[in-house]
Amino acid sequence: MWSETNYKIRKFKERLILALTVVAVILAIIPLLSILIEVVIRGLPAISIEFLTSPPGIIGQPGGGIANAIQGTFILIGLSSLIGVPIGVLAGIYLAEFGNNPLGRVVRFLSDVLMQMPSIVIGIFVYVLVVLALGRFSPIAGAIALSIIMLPIVIKTTEESVRLVPNLLREGALALGLRRWRVILSIVVPAAKSGVVTGVMLAVGRIAGETAPLIMTVLGSQWFFTNLFEPIDALPLRIWRLALLPYEYAHQQGWGAALVLIAIVLTLNVVAKTLTKISFGRRVKI
Amino acid sequence: MKKGDKEGRTNLPEVGATRLLHPPSISLKGDTLFLALTIAAATSIIVIVALLIIKIYEGAAPVFNRFGFSFLTSLEWNPVEGMEAYGALPYLLGTLTTSAIALIVGVPISLGVAIFLAEIAPSSIRAPLSYVIELLAAVPSVIYGLWGVFVFRFWVRDLIEVPLSTYLGFIPIFSGTPYGLSVLTGGLILAIMIIPTVSAVCREVLLAVPNTQREAAYSLGATRWEAIRIGVLSYARAGIVGAIILGLGRAVGETMAVTMVIGNAVGPAALPTSLLKAGQTMASLIANEFNEADPVSLHPSALIGVGFILLISALIINVAAQLLIYRVRAKGVVE
Repeated sequence: MWSETNYKIRKFKERLILALTVVAVILAIIPLLSILIEVVIRGLPAISIEFLTSPPGIIGQPGGGIANAIQGTFILIGLSSLIGVPIGVLAGIYLAEFGNNPLGRVVRFLSDVLMQMPSIVIGIFVYVLVVLALGRFSPIAGAIALSIIMLPIVIKTTEESVRLVPNLLREGALALGLRRWRVILSIVVPAAKSGVVTGVMLAVGRIAGETAPLIMTVLGSQWFFTNLFEPIDALPLRIWRLALLPYEYAHQQGWGAALVLIAIVLTLNVVAKTLTKISFGRRVKI
Repeated sequence: MKKGDKEGRTNLPEVGATRLLHPPSISLKGDTLFLALTIAAATSIIVIVALLIIKIYEGAAPVFNRFGFSFLTSLEWNPVEGMEAYGALPYLLGTLTTSAIALIVGVPISLGVAIFLAEIAPSSIRAPLSYVIELLAAVPSVIYGLWGVFVFRFWVRDLIEVPLSTYLGFIPIFSGTPYGLSVLTGGLILAIMIIPTVSAVCREVLLAVPNTQREAAYSLGATRWEAIRIGVLSYARAGIVGAIILGLGRAVGETMAVTMVIGNAVGPAALPTSLLKAGQTMASLIANEFNEADPVSLHPSALIGVGFILLISALIINVAAQLLIYRVRAKGVVE
């Protein structure tokens, strides 16, 4: 059935599809480029010492800054890591070291399901569980919500990196008479440390930008942090509120806040990915 | 290793034959305690998922009890005291429409990216390019929203909506004034947001297809594209479907970016009858109204009810995707 025209059509089809894949790549990259360019161009003019060190001014009047939002974001990151990292690392260790059983498979499955759960659903959950119980919006509620978002990421990367530790190390340590828990804590976990650190950084990068669950947990605020049971502000929330205001200055501040947030998130991401690349020669997949 | 050496050395001289026959001095408490601790941490995931479903159902129960099945089918949404009526249908349809747009636009682009990265690109640009596309996934959704409101919205309005309404405005789904804040913009921004997820998983699936598949196709005289289509894509089908379902999961639950560009209609007006009209998804409705809901009314419960529908949809989609990907992994297509 081979014919010259038929072959030409097939060749043409091949070139067309190959060209289309290049078009697809360009289409996929345009938004990223545009976002980065716009955030820098529109955000830079907003950045000043006052912007970075003072809380928001009176709504409708230019001035003021995002210092309380930056503070809030770091408080939330700290608190959620305090809850999420130990539980996540321990659960990851369980899955890697003891998890070849039904419990391990169930936990792994649910952890994957939780990783894909919309963050707003987790926000609603914590609203019912914590905010309604305490009767107020609070950093505690926000940190619980964010730590639930962190957990599956930390678990997955911990499990993957602990699994990569060669069995020889475990056997050697056991042969020397160490108990299993000492082997894990003193030999295996230190060997897997950089993978675990990467996972934590990726998780922190993810929660630093989360907005939806904060709406129903920490609410947002005009003031600095006072105590763990008063609403606080966070960068993503502040960006959202600024973008909704009908003032030009607010939009500019929104872009400024976006520049700060994207700098935090992308730095965490790039450092984390470079770290794994160095330690494993490949990147951990999330 | 150093630590182990040291302890081994100090222990060795004491371990004589008698000691080995009677080793009660070695306690297993540490191991038991540690195991219990890790089990507790692992089990917390089960507790969280179970509580998540129970608590959200509890929060939604008042509105489910009051409106019953009509919560799913009614168009009304009125939080005013005395006239309260809540129906989630427009937002359910809004989520379906925006997610459908996201898949229709996003999946072909993702597949193109994946094919390019796995099959076509010279190896020198593969790694940096996949890295750049993965960065897209790291950009917070509120920044997509900000960009959507102040930049992307005008692209959609000028390049797509104005021509559509000028030339095809007589067709109902293209009717309406082009503002750029519409169901279409919401769907397109979702398309952009699912590309990194879908293309990364697809790329993995394609890379895992054994080379014999390609070689067999070439040996039969296939062109490059025919080898990819017959040898690679058909072999990787299940994994690609899994990737698409994962993308669907992301599109359904995505909140902030959509909230900021979809125009936020409420009630019967939110029915996605035209792509150019303002709409509302389940997630955007919750984000918009949550802080304004009066705690003594049924309004918060209604929003939590919408959240419950979202939760169930996300659960079904994700469990399906996980099962599919697990099956593919078990077959050895994905490492």
